[in-house]
Amino acid sequence: MASALLGAITFPTLGNSRIVDEAGLFSQAQKATLENTLATHESNTTNQIVVVTLSSLQGNDIADYGYQLGRAWGIGTKEHNNGVLLIIAPNERKVRIEVGYGLEGALPDAIANSIIQNTILPAFKQNNYFEGARRGVNAIISAVKGEYKASPKTKKSSSKSFIVPILFFLFIGFNAFFHSRQSQSKRVFPSLFFGLFAGVLSWFMFTLLGFSFLIAFIVFVLTYFGGSLGGGTTGSWGSSGGGSSGGGFSGFSGGGGSFGGGGASGSW
Amino acid sequence: MKNFLIALVVLVVLAAVVIGPKINNVPRLDEMVVAATSSVDNQYKRRSDLIPNLVATVKGYADHEKEVLTQVTEARAKVGQITLTPEVLNNPQAFKAYQAAQDGLSSALSRLMAVSERYPDLKANQNFLSLQAQLEGTENRIAVARRDYIEAVKNYNLELRTVPGKWIASIFYPDAQVKQNFTATPAESAVPKVTF
Repeated sequence: MASALLGAITFPTLGNSRIVDEAGLFSQAQKATLENTLATHESNTTNQIVVVTLSSLQGNDIADYGYQLGRAWGIGTKEHNNGVLLIIAPNERKVRIEVGYGLEGALPDAIANSIIQNTILPAFKQNNYFEGARRGVNAIISAVKGEYKASPKTKKSSSKSFIVPILFFLFIGFNAFFHSRQSQSKRVFPSLFFGLFAGVLSWFMFTLLGFSFLIAFIVFVLTYFGGSLGGGTTGSWGSSGGGSSGGGFSGFSGGGGSFGGGGASGSW
Repeated sequence: MKNFLIALVVLVVLAAVVIGPKINNVPRLDEMVVAATSSVDNQYKRRSDLIPNLVATVKGYADHEKEVLTQVTEARAKVGQITLTPEVLNNPQAFKAYQAAQDGLSSALSRLMAVSERYPDLKANQNFLSLQAQLEGTENRIAVARRDYIEAVKNYNLELRTVPGKWIASIFYPDAQVKQNFTATPAESAVPKVTF
């Protein structure tokens, strides 16, 4: 039990979908039905609900496994923590509704327990996993429906990925400036300054010390020895800045929500 | 001379870059421990709040299980006397007392739940089922909160005990002390077995 402390568990990949069917319980059509229901619900409320079937709990308690899986995937939005996992482990005959921090009020343990006992398990006992999951999902949705409303889509694409290319251009610009006006010996201090500036900036953005250090060093070297690199580099850097922040239309990924062990488990 | 100056500046910058980001680690990690602490305490309180209802419900069906019911009530009263404050974290004695009180309640509760298994009417009572689910969920949250706490304290203590955090702390935060951490008690690692 204590060995699971640092997440020695391996989790299935989320893979762009709200239905992660590792145990292979559902047909394609059934998955699409569930996905549809969940996607509609998410677009109305921002609540993220994910159905996951596991081929093995790897010897863990399902409650133990559940909250760590929820945290690893970051289901729910970061500001509301409004994620729910319906976890089905058919080989251990265990089922759990794992509730994110933000929905513990709307979906308290007693309700989650009653959904499992009265809605999901009767179907599971007849080996009808899809029917159990479908009814369970509907019951979860009707419980959490009123909690959050989707606000009009604000442009939230990650600001960090924008800053990086801008920074590069900025430094390339300065680089060219110093290269044209001053000899190398006079560029030491400005270069140091820019290196430090870049390092501190990247530290603020990423809070990764080693990485910022590297950035600082690279910028220093670039601004100092910039002359020999010439102007051609601008073009090649310009192209790498794009494409990183795509997605968000049809794909699905966790919004950074967290879990604290709320919910209920059952077995059949 | 000029080269020496440059080297000096580079060194100073390096030192600033290495120490700068870490200078706030001690208060930052300290805050995280405080947050984890209150989360643990909240979950324990939540469990404590469930008990009057639970005891009342069980009493309705199993009134002659006086001993177990009294034990739970007494253990709850004991728990109510100590709150997990930041001061308690720096005081090994108080921390131990806190843990002992909570452990006492844990074992009294598991005895109560074991006893209730003997009463089919009680087990079919909706109110009891709901309370049972809440208690289970709360115990689960306690486990999660304790784990997060253990992690937070571990990070904090590591910062205080290793270089360069150790040096930074001795200069900027001379009052910072290593904090107490939970240990799993034998009662905690042993799962109570119910026989039918």
